[in-house]
Amino acid sequence: MFEATELNRHNHSVQKLVSILFGLVTCLLALPVLTILTVLIYKGGPNISFEFLFSAPTNGMTAGGIFPALLGTIWLVVVALIFSIPLGVATAIYLSEYASDTWLTRLINLAIINLAGVPSIVHALFGLGAFVIFAGFGTSILAASLTLGIMTLPVVIVATRESLQAVPPEFRMACWGMGATRWQTIRKVVLPNAISGILTGVILEVSRTAGETAPIMFTGAAFFLPFLPQGILDQTMAMSLHLFVVSTQVPGVPETLPYSVALVLVSMVLIMNTSSIVLRSYVRGQKKW
Amino acid sequence: MVDPSIELLVRDLTIRYEDDIALRIDNLEIRKNEIFGIIGPAGSGKTSFLNAINRMDEFKDSMDVQGSIRFGGLEVSQAQNVYALRKRIGVVFPLPVGLPLSVYENVALSPRLSGVKDKNQLDGIVERCLIRAALWDEVKDRLYQLGSLLSGGQQQRLTIARALSQDPELLLLDEFSIAVDPVTTMRIEDVLKELKDEMTVVLVTNLVQQVRRLADRTAFFLGGELVEVGETENFFTGTVEDQRTRDYVEGRFG
Repeated sequence: MFEATELNRHNHSVQKLVSILFGLVTCLLALPVLTILTVLIYKGGPNISFEFLFSAPTNGMTAGGIFPALLGTIWLVVVALIFSIPLGVATAIYLSEYASDTWLTRLINLAIINLAGVPSIVHALFGLGAFVIFAGFGTSILAASLTLGIMTLPVVIVATRESLQAVPPEFRMACWGMGATRWQTIRKVVLPNAISGILTGVILEVSRTAGETAPIMFTGAAFFLPFLPQGILDQTMAMSLHLFVVSTQVPGVPETLPYSVALVLVSMVLIMNTSSIVLRSYVRGQKKW
Repeated sequence: MVDPSIELLVRDLTIRYEDDIALRIDNLEIRKNEIFGIIGPAGSGKTSFLNAINRMDEFKDSMDVQGSIRFGGLEVSQAQNVYALRKRIGVVFPLPVGLPLSVYENVALSPRLSGVKDKNQLDGIVERCLIRAALWDEVKDRLYQLGSLLSGGQQQRLTIARALSQDPELLLLDEFSIAVDPVTTMRIEDVLKELKDEMTVVLVTNLVQQVRRLADRTAFFLGGELVEVGETENFFTGTVEDQRTRDYVEGRFG
């Protein structure tokens, strides 16, 4: 009565084949990432030391450390976040909690999606025109960070909007029903439950900001500086540009140096991404409904 | 002149979604301190009626309300302060909504929003409302656990406690028993019988027997029309005027 027919057996073997095939594809995808990490650690790892991280480049950038670039990247990321988090979160709250579905909000949504698709070199030229020249910030941390901030705004907006919309509408109805205003509802019920998703978006933004090269090349990152930046109107060195420079622009760089720079940069991004995953799973563990 | 014994006075009410009429009521009065039952099959306009009373059309772009609803002498569509209006009206939804706050904060939320800060006063409100909603004994030892993790039946009583924390004059219940067990349903029904001394209760339900147990007067909605309204007794003694009401109450459709 339960014997397999020819068709059953055929379906079963097709299903097996599909699962093996797709599994293989998945493993293949992990391969490049693992290869990159292995090569970076193998070639660049031995060179990394406290000294390397916390001293300036010497001998025409063929020796010494990466401290100005490391610090510069942190500067750029922090200033970009100060600008883009409030703007992005406010926009997302408006779009998700206040705006009704009209042609205008659809247009804004479309603009945000398209902003995410603009190539980073175009952002770079926009930043050069708007912040460096028009606003008169010169090539500075401020101009570079604003450019990075604009480029990563869509990430913050989309992540925030999605985590706001993941909060069940019944919570809002219940709150409105008891006479709360929209803002009271957002503050007391919606935001506290969307905060994990928002943080995840922010951290992903950080890792993207840290790695970008083109937008900062024209707007604030310097080839080499003998001093550390003192404020946001100074130029700065940055990890991503420094990697580009020591890999292609300077003669006589020891072979392992670019690998070490790349390893530090990748580690920064990986630590960020990992902490985002940990944070998310931690908050999910405290699921509230 | 406004008759003080009338809580809700509805005249020439029409509720539309886009071009579809969801409900039309020419004339309906709901008296103070009665439990007023509304029965009718799905899509008959019961929930739309509740939404119109506390002005929730504000949050539904396609919903359009025309006509007059007077609540305690106030024309709701003219209310300058809809938040104050909604505070006077407690709402209980079909599915229990335990907000993802602690049990305590669920009940303290509305008083807090109205500016009550004093801890003792809040404690008093929380305890009183939970007792009246027949939930206190079950949650008094875990007031600081998440309200959204209580069982369905407990969450529904938490919702009622939250509505009571507004100290409402009017309590709207929309098919409150749909997702709770029969024992909880009976407990909530007992609660409602006691509450009616202090407030007016509008009970929307699709359980005909529930209005029989609870409601003083009952209205029958069908397809967006108020078919009949009268003493609940009449619905079960066969003295209703409309054949459709008789058929619905006797379970021949719906």
